[in-house]
Amino acid sequence: MWIIYILNGLYFAALLFFISLGLNIILGVMGILNLAHGSLYAFGAFIAAWIIIALGTHVPPFFLYISLLSGLVGVGIVGFLMEKSLIRFMYKRTLEYQLLLTFGALMLLEDVIKMIWGGQAYYASAPFVLLGKVNIGGNVYPAYFLFVMFIAFIAGLLIWLFMSKTKLGIMLRAISLDREMATALGLNITGLSTLAFVLGAGLAGLAGALVVPTTPALLGFGHEPLILAFIVVVVGGLGSLKGALVGSLLVGFTRSIGIAVFPEIELPLLFLIAGIILVAKPEGLFGR
Amino acid sequence: MDFKKVSKHPRWIVYALFFIGLLFVPRILSIHDLMLFEYGMTFAIVGLGFNLLLGYTGLLSFGHGAYFAAGAYTVAMIGKYFPQAYSLEILIPSALFFSMVLSLIFGFVCVRHTKIFFSILALSLSMLLFALLFKLYHITGGSDGLRVPLPTLFGMSFKGIRRPEFLSGTYYYFLLGMFSVSFLIMKGIVSSPFGKALQAIRDNEVRAELIGIRVRRYRLYAFVISGMFVGLGGALWTFVNGHVTADLSHWVFSGEIVYMTLLGGFGIFEGPIIGAMIFTYLKLYAMGNTQYWMFVVGGTLIVLVLLLPNGVAGAFASLWSKLKR
Repeated sequence: MWIIYILNGLYFAALLFFISLGLNIILGVMGILNLAHGSLYAFGAFIAAWIIIALGTHVPPFFLYISLLSGLVGVGIVGFLMEKSLIRFMYKRTLEYQLLLTFGALMLLEDVIKMIWGGQAYYASAPFVLLGKVNIGGNVYPAYFLFVMFIAFIAGLLIWLFMSKTKLGIMLRAISLDREMATALGLNITGLSTLAFVLGAGLAGLAGALVVPTTPALLGFGHEPLILAFIVVVVGGLGSLKGALVGSLLVGFTRSIGIAVFPEIELPLLFLIAGIILVAKPEGLFGR
Repeated sequence: MDFKKVSKHPRWIVYALFFIGLLFVPRILSIHDLMLFEYGMTFAIVGLGFNLLLGYTGLLSFGHGAYFAAGAYTVAMIGKYFPQAYSLEILIPSALFFSMVLSLIFGFVCVRHTKIFFSILALSLSMLLFALLFKLYHITGGSDGLRVPLPTLFGMSFKGIRRPEFLSGTYYYFLLGMFSVSFLIMKGIVSSPFGKALQAIRDNEVRAELIGIRVRRYRLYAFVISGMFVGLGGALWTFVNGHVTADLSHWVFSGEIVYMTLLGGFGIFEGPIIGAMIFTYLKLYAMGNTQYWMFVVGGTLIVLVLLLPNGVAGAFASLWSKLKR
């Protein structure tokens, strides 16, 4: 039975990793906490569900899995529009305005989702059902969850390579380390900030797309994951990519065990652990 | 404040005139509008308290819904479990007490940080309360919430009276009294040496520390005071609304508190009061006229952030100073 808890923990962690990584990239590079991040996640879920339903059973299953990428691309575009029209006016403003603007964006996005897809739930379980179940140590486990973990592993590897090996990634890291110095060195801050926001938004959208085969897309879909991602970010350290990974694993496992052992106080338990870590290490595990 | 001093301060004459005007509001407004006005008034108390932290101490909390919920649930829980103690003169002090305890605990953790970290921590802690209120449904009613009956006041019972009559009669004047007292106390706090110390911390933390202000402790005091005001607003709100749910502690509700404070203008003492009134009407108007009310309210917020950063009151103040020149 314990193997299932561990796998579930890894699965939760994989999803959270996408969301909190995106949140952390935006926070690190732009210094803006994106309160609308949960809505971007929901947006990804709706786009993917909509496309999977539209494709239906007429296409080979392979295309269904490719269509999950629509969350990444679609929300990337939404993020691009959002950055160009709203966020870029906020770089020089104070914290209050930055947070309130993304709060306003959250309200807008929630209703845009409602305008496009209406109030009903979208069920798109085909990718989940098609993969069937596998037998792990005498326990039946959905293969789709393993698929999500695999994707998260690949994506994490790619992001790590991008951030540490490519020139673009190094420039992004330079901005998050010292924005003024990076400007002085002549980096194109405007363009790189747009890139960071698009990347962060796209990752949230991908998470939404990956989760939608397992649970129907509903209004207010992004509220809970956002809070969990906040806990990850606080525990792991603001703007730290390593922190996002370790924090996601911590929160993922706590949730998995919490749901199995103390279902009533699973979320409070999470806060308790986060609280203990913060009292011991106020800047988070990998914070600066 | 004696009369000579008052006459030197035209501001206090305006306040007095406003107060007299407010006494006649129930005669002018229909019951529906009066209820809205009372919602606005409870949020005005919330805004006053919230602004001590945001406008005067420079800390932006995205979790003040928790203290609102603390006040509101104190009332609802006493109503459910100790109906014999269900009278306003017991309820209001208990609401103040429990919101103080909660803001002391949460504040202790939060004030160790500033800026964005403070905001996220305050937000996360309010979600902890949300999770508890939501999950422990056999105690708190969960997502169904709890019903709030009409209270008694100094032995006066309102049995047989319907809620609208209660709200347009005794309760309006009770609320007005609480609002006026809150207003005066907050005015006293911000102009006291303590208030000035908070503003010094807001403007320059290091300098404040160097002149001997105990920064973290003062921040905690400000946090607790603001939490108590918000809790008072929450307690008074329940009687108007008649029902409490866990959503009061959700961070989106806290966001609305921040919104109304900014809408009025947090640089000005009276700003949040104006913001609370406008927000209440704006939200209801949007909800009544379109199913996409969040689009309207969120869009307004974005326009406000981009074009009117000092809020409605701030805009009028700068217009006024331009006209005077």
